[in-house]
Amino acid sequence: MLAAPSLVRAQGAGSIKIGEINSYTAQPAFLKPYRQGWELALEQVNAGGGVLGRKIETIFRDDAGKPEDAVRHAGDLINAEKVDLLSGGFLSNVGLALTDFALQNKRLYAASEPLSDALVWAKGNRYTFRLRPSTYMQAAMLVEEAAKLKARKWALVAPNYEYGQSSIKWFKELLKKARPDVEFVAEQYPALGRIDAGATVQALEASKPEAIFNVTFAVDLTNLVRQGNTRGLFEGRDVVSMLTGEPEYLDPLGAETPTGWIVTGYPHADLATPEHVKFRDAYKAKYNDYPRLGSVVGFDTMNSIAAALAKAGTTDNEKLIDAMEGLKFPSAFGSAEYRAIDHQSTLGAFVGKTALKDGKGVMVDWRYADGAKYLPSDDVVKTMRPAG
Amino acid sequence: MFDLILTQTLNGLASASSLFLVASGLSIIFGVTRIVNFAHGSLYMLGAYIGWTLVTWLGPTSGLGFWGGVGLAALLVAIIGVVIEVAILRRIYQAPELFQLLATFGVVLMIQDIALATWGAEDKLGPRAPGFKSFVILFDNRFPTYELLLIAIGPLVLALLWFLFQKTRWGTLVRAATQDREMVAALGVNQRLLFTSVFAFGAGLAGLGGALQLPREAATLHMDLSMISEAFVVVVVGGLGSVTGAYLAAVLIGILHAFGILIFPKITLVLVFLVMAVVLVVKPYGLMGRRPVGAARGTATAEPLLRPADRAAKLAGLVALILLAAAPLVTPDYLLLTLTELVIFALFAASLHFMMGPGGMASFGHAAYFGLGAYGAALAVKWLGAPMEPALIFAPFLAGIAGVVFGWFCVRLSGVYLAMLTLAFAQIAWATAFQWVELTGGDNGILGVWPSHWAVSKTAFYYLALAICAACVVLLRVMVFSPLGYALRAARDNPLRTEAIGIDTMRVQWVAFTIAAFAAGIAGALFAFFKGSVFPTYMAIPRSVDALLMVLLGGVQTVSGPIVGAFAYAGLSEQLMKMTMYWRFTLGLSIVLLVVLFPRGLVGGFLALRERRDRSDKDGAVVTRLATEGAP
Repeated sequence: MLAAPSLVRAQGAGSIKIGEINSYTAQPAFLKPYRQGWELALEQVNAGGGVLGRKIETIFRDDAGKPEDAVRHAGDLINAEKVDLLSGGFLSNVGLALTDFALQNKRLYAASEPLSDALVWAKGNRYTFRLRPSTYMQAAMLVEEAAKLKARKWALVAPNYEYGQSSIKWFKELLKKARPDVEFVAEQYPALGRIDAGATVQALEASKPEAIFNVTFAVDLTNLVRQGNTRGLFEGRDVVSMLTGEPEYLDPLGAETPTGWIVTGYPHADLATPEHVKFRDAYKAKYNDYPRLGSVVGFDTMNSIAAALAKAGTTDNEKLIDAMEGLKFPSAFGSAEYRAIDHQSTLGAFVGKTALKDGKGVMVDWRYADGAKYLPSDDVVKTMRPAG
Repeated sequence: MFDLILTQTLNGLASASSLFLVASGLSIIFGVTRIVNFAHGSLYMLGAYIGWTLVTWLGPTSGLGFWGGVGLAALLVAIIGVVIEVAILRRIYQAPELFQLLATFGVVLMIQDIALATWGAEDKLGPRAPGFKSFVILFDNRFPTYELLLIAIGPLVLALLWFLFQKTRWGTLVRAATQDREMVAALGVNQRLLFTSVFAFGAGLAGLGGALQLPREAATLHMDLSMISEAFVVVVVGGLGSVTGAYLAAVLIGILHAFGILIFPKITLVLVFLVMAVVLVVKPYGLMGRRPVGAARGTATAEPLLRPADRAAKLAGLVALILLAAAPLVTPDYLLLTLTELVIFALFAASLHFMMGPGGMASFGHAAYFGLGAYGAALAVKWLGAPMEPALIFAPFLAGIAGVVFGWFCVRLSGVYLAMLTLAFAQIAWATAFQWVELTGGDNGILGVWPSHWAVSKTAFYYLALAICAACVVLLRVMVFSPLGYALRAARDNPLRTEAIGIDTMRVQWVAFTIAAFAAGIAGALFAFFKGSVFPTYMAIPRSVDALLMVLLGGVQTVSGPIVGAFAYAGLSEQLMKMTMYWRFTLGLSIVLLVVLFPRGLVGGFLALRERRDRSDKDGAVVTRLATEGAP
């Protein structure tokens, strides 16, 4: 404890800098709320005196959805701006590029949003931590519900890129394990953002499934739902759907929202835990808008970094990483932890059903699925993570 | 099974309609003004957004509110078209061919930010159309009535266009201008009015296409770019300037999509480009296109003669090189990262320029070779365990071999058809990298492609990149003034005369194509080691567009243009990205301003200035221009 004041002096009294790289212009629907959530947390942390007696400062950079631009910003941020650590990433490939950059440059990278399993497992490394529940975790949460359904014949639809493909892979693998009697009768992989909804709906319909697992989101989801509603694809069928309960994707559906879908998401209006109410009130007061899931991710990422800094007592990245392994941090969903074994946080998601209320889509019958319960056993994780 | 086939056919026809509306506008604009309107997808997007606003405002439940809103949206987009034409394009009709593309790309960037600021980030799902909200039972399937309406609208618009072009004076003029623009001008037709009205008409069609999508698709900020590439494909497959061809092609693409997902659900991304490649190889001018008549005369101003560098230029080049070589001594470390990237882009741009300037072969897909070079390096590292040095040598050969194969097909075409075939091949290469997950890691890319130990430091890698890129650029320059370069320029300026003196023009162009691909591969390999990872985005359309912009911005018909263009464009976009979240608007505006101020590119503008000064000094003693006149 005696060393602390001299440590602060040695690091200089300037602010702690975080370089935050994200696809702000390419994915504004998620990332505008994200940035607002981040700035809210930043304001709160700094209002409380910052961490280690220093204010935190964020330098935001837009990667335009390109991994190579993200890497350029990362290099510029650590060399020119002298940031202490990196954060951000929305697309999985941007996240992976930053993961590898972090390893090469021995710099902490707090990945907030990218869902790819590879980020913490196959390509995981000492320098990368990830906040969001991964593709595996969200698929596992939904499989738990899907296994309870009577349906045996499943049709699958997912955007044609890594997130979509690995969601399907895990869903099939885990569901088959829980229910050996299921079969998968159709798979559709529309190009991301370019779904030919009418034709896709018809192709799914033709396989006469009893249930549908959907991974499409954003505009693909909207178009799929409209065509599916008109053509009766969802009538009399169970639908299980990734991310659909997130306000970012649920709100554009409006009165078109299909009811009774089993989804992962975020019931922002009804979640009444004290942490969340506090967060939501502060968010509403600052932005005069309700929070989206992106807001929570931004808010939590910032807060988890502040918690790590406070615990480490230094910005030295190696010590910061040691502090972050097993770190418990406050979240708008309650408390969560960065696992020491694979640097995945245990932040969960809400699983519930979609419903219509006053012409808008909402989630009902939801429960919080704690991320810690939807991860493979430690032995399995170790085999999947060569970095250890 | 039979009912599925019929339903999918109807689905294909329904999506063909709006594709046709957008593509026919694009085709008419190109036919008359020779402008490759990159902003056409943006006009389509504006049509959807403006339509959404108007329909919501006028009342989506009443027929008048909905259809009035759709019509009004088309009209408003037509007016926006007038503004773009009068404010920007009219000033640069005399610029070299394709240069206008640069301006329209600037408009694309500006509209992206304007749309985001105006309508926000959330997707806008439009209301269903009054009277067409439900479905009918067709072949035991529920089929939306609105899709039936769309199926009818396509041929209806086609018939209207046919009537307009065959039976009205305006239509006759448009057809005449499509065939031979100079002749129409010589006959005293008011070109300004014709061009403006054609642009407005095409824009209006795009706006209508966008607004009509509202009941079936949400308006999003990404619909501009996803539409434009497909609309280009339709226009080219149909045959430039042919409206009937555009309809046929739209139907072909629509139906292929609908059936493609039944048979190959994973290749929807590339299917249209595969089809385009096949069509262009079999029918070089598209399904309904004809060999252009007036185009052979060249629509741009005569191109200035390239001359070997005089002493001043050599000195300037040397000084620039010395400055770059001395940079690590004075600049802080982090600037070296920027400089390394700029140097690599300069080689990339110079390689495209080699085929585009002296070769006269514009490529819309040059990123393919850049990307293949990068993948060559990454694959060598990942699968062969090669260190950096052999990987750097191996990589360009992958790009070069692709250049040999793709080039063989491409040099058989010319102009925009050639450009679109290069785009098709680039998309095929991109889709391979994207889809072949076992080999390439798919969109998650290949990680861990870092340089050898000695080149890890920023300074060392900078010198490595500078040495290789400078040597390659000088070599490309030497080749421009070698017999090969002269033959290449001859083939560009007059293929018939060139053939007559015994030069195999196709072979010369093929060699140039391969060299350009090889050089781009070198740049790509360096880029891979610089970034440490490789992704399919390296060969996606935006990177091809970047290369094109660099060359055009610098000036196509100058040798040093691409280098200046690379530094200007990449430097500008990088700085703007750092400075403001509205960098797209700022960058777009800068591009538009540069284009209007320097219609021959930056270096071209500088040379023109110098030329004018020389001329007044020596009273025209210096012959600086060579007319490219001489149609067969």
